[in-house]
Amino acid sequence: MENFFVRYKNPLALMAVLFIQVVALATQVKRPENARSGNTGSGTRLIRVWTVTAFTPVEKMFVSTGHFFRDGWHNYADLRGVRKQNRELLDEVARLQMEQVRLKQDAEQARRLQALLEFKERFISRTVAAQVIGTSGTEQSRVVVIDKGSHDGIRQDMAVITPDGIVGKVKEVFPLSSQVLLINDHDSGAGVILERSRLQGILKGTSQGELQVTDIMSDEKIEAGDHVITSGGDRIYPKGFSVGTVINATADRDNDPFLVIKIKPAADLRRLEEVMVVTKMAEETPAVAAGPAPMRAADILAQRLPSVPKQDTNAPKSPVGSTTGATATGATAAATPAAKPSPTPVKINPTTGTGTEQKPGNTSNATGPAKQPAGGAGMATANPVPAKKTGVEDKKPASSGQTGPVSAGAAGAPTPTPTPKPTPRKPRPPTAAPGSAPPGASQPKASDLPGTVSPEATPTPTPEKPPR
Amino acid sequence: MNAGVSLTSREEIEVHRFSWPVSIGIPIAAIFLQVFLRIRFFTVLDLPLLVTIFFAVARRRPIPGMITGALIGTLQDAWTGHPIGLFGIAKTIVGYLGSSLGVKLDVDNPGSRFLMTFAFVLIHRVIYMAISLQLVGGSEAWSWGHTMLSALVNGLAAVVLFALLDKLKLRN
Repeated sequence: MENFFVRYKNPLALMAVLFIQVVALATQVKRPENARSGNTGSGTRLIRVWTVTAFTPVEKMFVSTGHFFRDGWHNYADLRGVRKQNRELLDEVARLQMEQVRLKQDAEQARRLQALLEFKERFISRTVAAQVIGTSGTEQSRVVVIDKGSHDGIRQDMAVITPDGIVGKVKEVFPLSSQVLLINDHDSGAGVILERSRLQGILKGTSQGELQVTDIMSDEKIEAGDHVITSGGDRIYPKGFSVGTVINATADRDNDPFLVIKIKPAADLRRLEEVMVVTKMAEETPAVAAGPAPMRAADILAQRLPSVPKQDTNAPKSPVGSTTGATATGATAAATPAAKPSPTPVKINPTTGTGTEQKPGNTSNATGPAKQPAGGAGMATANPVPAKKTGVEDKKPASSGQTGPVSAGAAGAPTPTPTPKPTPRKPRPPTAAPGSAPPGASQPKASDLPGTVSPEATPTPTPEKPPR
Repeated sequence: MNAGVSLTSREEIEVHRFSWPVSIGIPIAAIFLQVFLRIRFFTVLDLPLLVTIFFAVARRRPIPGMITGALIGTLQDAWTGHPIGLFGIAKTIVGYLGSSLGVKLDVDNPGSRFLMTFAFVLIHRVIYMAISLQLVGGSEAWSWGHTMLSALVNGLAAVVLFALLDKLKLRN
């Protein structure tokens, strides 16, 4: 017997090691009922924790060093074109402001409808930015490692996104790092909607790392280029986030009446560097904006068009730019019975200067018009433009005497605002903002022009929306 | 009487030894590079497997060879989203086979190193797939093209890498 063990020492050792590993593997393979509870073997989890925690500081150091040199070079190189880029960005901001107004109208309308139907709305309330510091290193598992862990508030099954689209979900959380299962892993899944046709399907990864949508009937018409967004039904990814675009649709061989739709991911999953982990999702019934009435893109456009100020001999002289929007409103309230609708509440991002949508009731930082009652009947609104400073406005000389564009600095800052006077102006074609308003809508009526006080109260703007 | 056939001379059956820093540092470096370098090429190349084969063949002792493979594979498993043990089992078997083969064949020749690595990559892949599909319930698809490409790339890389690692052998 002893001779047997000596003679077959090596094969026996192999069998023993394999047996231990197979048993360890078996403890990790979950039954369906355990899979829901997310039980994993504590022993194997320790192996992961130790391994990943040991490697993470070294990886972070390498990543940081690499970024230091790369960013240093890029910062230097970027300086060369920064002036031109700044001009372009300012123009872009101006264009996006116009577009924002149009979208805001749609959003308000959607909120009103949702409120009517008592829909619950889920939205991202907090994110944590993280850097990708590693991968699984194999093609059998599409996992990336990020440099944020449980110490940063990361938890399992949190959604990971980029500005381009969704990336994946947190699979394992360690103290200093986390593993993110990418959406193109074959174990991954998400609920999605085809944006054009509103068809719902399930997004899955394949073993080749491709993305596909299943569970859509083959009699549906799917076109290449259709945009795919998240449905929110999986309770992991926020609704409406970009997933990708349709490449093609073929019949599912394994599941006959259904299609397999190949998707090109919106986020570049092979070159992920920075991602955002959605650490908090809020859910509430959308509130309908009470006070400010929506503004048309044409109104905004009209604000930007230069006009020749017409001095009203009856009006008291006041230096242009000496009053804020709020004081001007108050000063002219009694004198002018008509009013323009208040602008939509807008919060200014002080770093970028771009406006972001703000919930009603949270507009304490907004400039004067945001606090005005709805419709503003009986009050003249001196500052009918969302209080923002744009590149377009910057370019106009302050001493030109034009009263059209009313600009403001950061939110809450005193804003030089002209006293509203009947100011005829020459409408111009909207060449400054392509696609923001149709030619017909870009010819504002006299009552729509800023600084123009109509004798009749117009608490709400014309209901018609500019065609897209 | 031992009637085993050996294709190596007595001089060639030399059991190489490595220093502790090399024995520990090279596998860790291989795993680190594998997970750190986010280059698509590195997902085809399996550095931990190459290191497993090299140490197993050089030591020519099955038990250390398979333990080396088990440890490297388990560490590699920790980075994947899969249950721990898939790479561990596959590399354990490769380590065992590599050290057993090292006794029989001349494995210092570049040609034999290429062929040996080519074969071991295929074996590793077959074992991995078998465990994944049969034991874990995975749904991965076998791709001949990808597997052969991986075997070819790893075989060529092994010729270069093994020549570099030969310099780390301790000379008596």
